Amino acid sequence: MALHELDLIVQPGGVTGILGPNGSGKSTLIRILGTLLTPDTGTARVFGWDVVKEALQVRRHVNRVSVEAAFFKELSPWENMVYAARLYGSAGSGTRRRVVEILELLGLPLDVIDQPMKQLSRGQQQKVAIARSFLTAPSLLLMDEPTTGLDPRSKKEVQTVLETLRAEREITVLVCTHDMNEAEALCERVLMMDGGRVLADGRPAELCRIHGGATLEGVFMHLTGKTLEAEEPAEVAP
Amino acid sequence: MTVTVRHSEMGALLGFAERQLYVYKRYWVWEVVWLFYSVVSVLSIGFLASGLGTLGAGGESFDLRKAQLYLLVGALLWGYLSLVFMEAAYAIAWERWEGTIEYTFMAPVRRMTHLMGICLFAIGYGLARTFIVLLVAVAIFNIDFSHANVAGALLVLAASIVPLIGLAILTSVLPLLSPQKGEQMSFAVQGFMLLVSGVYYPLSVLPMPLQVAGAASPLTYALSGMRHSLLEGAGVGDQLPTVGILLAMGAALIPAGILVFSWAERRAKRLGLLKRSG
Repeated sequence: MALHELDLIVQPGGVTGILGPNGSGKSTLIRILGTLLTPDTGTARVFGWDVVKEALQVRRHVNRVSVEAAFFKELSPWENMVYAARLYGSAGSGTRRRVVEILELLGLPLDVIDQPMKQLSRGQQQKVAIARSFLTAPSLLLMDEPTTGLDPRSKKEVQTVLETLRAEREITVLVCTHDMNEAEALCERVLMMDGGRVLADGRPAELCRIHGGATLEGVFMHLTGKTLEAEEPAEVAP
Repeated sequence: MTVTVRHSEMGALLGFAERQLYVYKRYWVWEVVWLFYSVVSVLSIGFLASGLGTLGAGGESFDLRKAQLYLLVGALLWGYLSLVFMEAAYAIAWERWEGTIEYTFMAPVRRMTHLMGICLFAIGYGLARTFIVLLVAVAIFNIDFSHANVAGALLVLAASIVPLIGLAILTSVLPLLSPQKGEQMSFAVQGFMLLVSGVYYPLSVLPMPLQVAGAASPLTYALSGMRHSLLEGAGVGDQLPTVGILLAMGAALIPAGILVFSWAERRAKRLGLLKRSG
């Protein structure tokens, strides 16, 4: 079982981090909320809509950035992004301008906008993935290891853009990450998971205080006796 | 469905077709190769017909010219219909190759819109490619279409797309059911249709079980109807029964395809098959 019984409510508008090693169930949770996996038992709702019975309504409000760059590799960032905009009903005469704005905010050189994705570096591809999710203006953004593969500067740029986006409008973000600094910088609330179970849930400072750790990494080690980088079996379906 | 949702679905439909166009532009070398292959295949069939006389086929009752036209029409139409079929049938397999299947399945788009968008592009692209092959065939074999009724042929061609889309949607389910073997199974379905649909010979030469299978294939009626118009000049009025059969098959196959696809999608989400690529 990839994910055990879980009772969780995320309030709109915040950034919630899900921390855990590989195989802890965090990606399974993200996939269930993204309507890509059906839970064996229980229910999950996004803004009141059931992820199984009302999947189409859920999808209208959700987008996801995954650790794998899910692109048509021969197409350019622009072609991939306009495709996404059409699927999410946000394409229009100002799409190109908006794409350029977001890519500039993310620090992506604009000369790559019409090059095939396969010619971009891993970090550049990940920035395009993040830009694509912003373009579709989701109310719930599911980010599964969004900054993996990015250099420290790019990570900072992504965090800045996320903060800018949150300042523009209300967006709820659920972010899976291994990066403790990122979690502390971004997340108002953190869930620590291991073996498909939630071990701790609270504000970063609160977790450190309760569990006696100086950092979130310390809290995780205190709770599990292992580090977040520990190799675990790959996640499977629930 | 509200006006906003309808507008959004229409935008997505065009988005899928446009995406396919972009993909084909990027893979243009492949398309040149496939076009060459299509031309060579049709020419081979044409020369096969030309060679029948030297192989001893003849006699007063044997019309070599008609045989050549019969085979060329079959080759051209099979090229077109199989292209549309495989494009739609590969809708899911393609997403698996690119690693975009989860992204597409998370989009707020009805599956019908997704699959129809792929079909829309396939129909347009197939027509363009077949037209080029037709021009080459006409130039080389000096095909005489003076007795043809083009309106009747176009009517059958248009009607034949409807059940073909249904059949293609049913076949596109295979890679969802089996990520490893689904693509190869699509080829098997295509090959079986070639065998039983009377592409290069009348159904009457087949053993009875295959004749029964041929009678259930929409391509049989499409090919028969097209030949009737192109070779014998059957007009729009003559083709109405054939068009009725094709549309009735489409009316059954498209909803059946969507239902089966929905079931396969639910199954894939329950078993976690979307994520897997092998």
